[in-house]
Amino acid sequence: MRQVSAILAIAQRDLVKFLRDRGRIVATFIFPFIFVGIMGTSFRYSFGRSTGFDWLPFIFTGVLAQTLWQSAAMGIISLLEDRQNDFAQEMFVSPISRYSIVFGKILGESLVALAQGVGILGFGLVLGVRFSVGQVLLLLAAAVVICIFGGAFGLLMISFLSSQRAAQQIFPFIMLPQFFLSGAFTPVALLPIYLDVLSRLSPMRYAVDLTRDLFYSGSRDAHRVTLAPTTFNLLVIAVAFAAFMIVGTRLFVRQERNR
Amino acid sequence: MAPIIEVDRLTKRYRKATENAVDEVSFTVDPGTLFCLLGPNGAGKTTTISILTTTLGPTSGQVRIGGHDVVTASSAVRQTVGIIFQNPSLDLNLTAEENVRFHALLYGLYPWRPTYALMPEAYRRQVRELAGVVGLDNEMGKQIKTFSGGMRRKLEIVRTLLHRPRVLFLDEPTSGLDPQSRRSLWDYLRQVRAQTECTLFLSTHYLEESEGADHVCILNHGRTVALGSPAAVKAELAQERLVLDSADRDALRAELSRLGLRFGEPAPYQVTLDGQTVQQVIKAIDTPLSLVRVDAPSLEDAYLKIIAKEVEA
Repeated sequence: MRQVSAILAIAQRDLVKFLRDRGRIVATFIFPFIFVGIMGTSFRYSFGRSTGFDWLPFIFTGVLAQTLWQSAAMGIISLLEDRQNDFAQEMFVSPISRYSIVFGKILGESLVALAQGVGILGFGLVLGVRFSVGQVLLLLAAAVVICIFGGAFGLLMISFLSSQRAAQQIFPFIMLPQFFLSGAFTPVALLPIYLDVLSRLSPMRYAVDLTRDLFYSGSRDAHRVTLAPTTFNLLVIAVAFAAFMIVGTRLFVRQERNR
Repeated sequence: MAPIIEVDRLTKRYRKATENAVDEVSFTVDPGTLFCLLGPNGAGKTTTISILTTTLGPTSGQVRIGGHDVVTASSAVRQTVGIIFQNPSLDLNLTAEENVRFHALLYGLYPWRPTYALMPEAYRRQVRELAGVVGLDNEMGKQIKTFSGGMRRKLEIVRTLLHRPRVLFLDEPTSGLDPQSRRSLWDYLRQVRAQTECTLFLSTHYLEESEGADHVCILNHGRTVALGSPAAVKAELAQERLVLDSADRDALRAELSRLGLRFGEPAPYQVTLDGQTVQQVIKAIDTPLSLVRVDAPSLEDAYLKIIAKEVEA
């Protein structure tokens, strides 16, 4: 019970901080606006006819998954920020489990990412992406999985990094290639072998594909835009999540104590 | 009574460092006392406190707090202690009350509820009481950003006392505060000691703050250079001196030399007592004196002397 209260307190703090930071709220919507609004709409009109499927929902689902996953991962960097602001000490000297700290942090950043996801759903609706209530519910379920998965990935990353500065320098090299390897913006079904291997190694790929599996389920475009079945994607995510969490938490806690 | 803090040959070497940050430091602290860790910047004070409060692992040596080992029973140690860090560990984006609530939830004092109004009445009463004690009655709903340094420090102490720690660690709590805030913080700490029987473990480089301690440990370059009550440390490290002067300085000078006393020049002469009492020295002098004064060293004198000696070495 005590661990649950602590986890909720840590998570709530992240959400409250996000909701109080107007600049950050605005900034988080600029990126999806550019990609869905500009890229999605222009691809729809330029390539739509030749590829045989509608690009707007394709990019919309890709951007939704990418934003959720990346936001949760990047949000975990705030653990590094806390460490530099000495706020982490308040958490690390308390008698709660180190796993609770990390889990609370991932939950909090997932809530922040979900708040952004709801914004993107609304934005997609305005642009003309059509979805049913059932699809929204499926997307929300996928969103929860993706956020927690992204958070675990962020944890693994920061466990190798010493400062927020280092994290901000390295993250673009880890994130940018995944934008294109994961299939968020462009199809990755047909790739040369070396890119195919890299694509399969990109965790974001499974987040994007899971989202499309659920969004397109039963649609005639499904076989054109999705890569693997839902169960396969969920399995990969579950295994990767467990590995990221165990390795990430161990390394992070050890790094805290063995300076 | 068993000591509440036992430190035995504690050593810490940071990764990639060539020297020990803390080197074979040993001391004990009795319950309910005020223990002061003194030393210049970089002496190893924060490193020592970090190890004692489980945020940093020792390289070797043993530390027990309330009978719990900091390495093998870190969770029990964390429950026993409260810490005020050198750098404020408040979240500036949260209100004062939200910061306090965060702490209460981390220590499992109350169950989580989404808002202040929904928190248990016992919690709200405790917050109101604590706010009254530090004079922040009307400020608890405001964001910390708007608080002065002194108010932030007090809020941190209030927050830390929420879980009734048996030992309160304060790592240079008054650094960066103006003199008025420092004084009022000390008044508050004295009040805390009187009311809670909490052991205070303080690190500081302000000497006057350590004069009121029960025990002082002076660190320099990670090593203990003095340990004991402030009086004992003073006696050990800086002796009392007798300052004498006379209208006939040559005669006085000659007489002091004849008596075999060590003294500093120029006049007025600072006579080292070397185990004799003031009275014995005065009695032995025949030259009429125009000035007789006893210079008792402050802890500061002792401290500066130690640091200077270390620098020479």
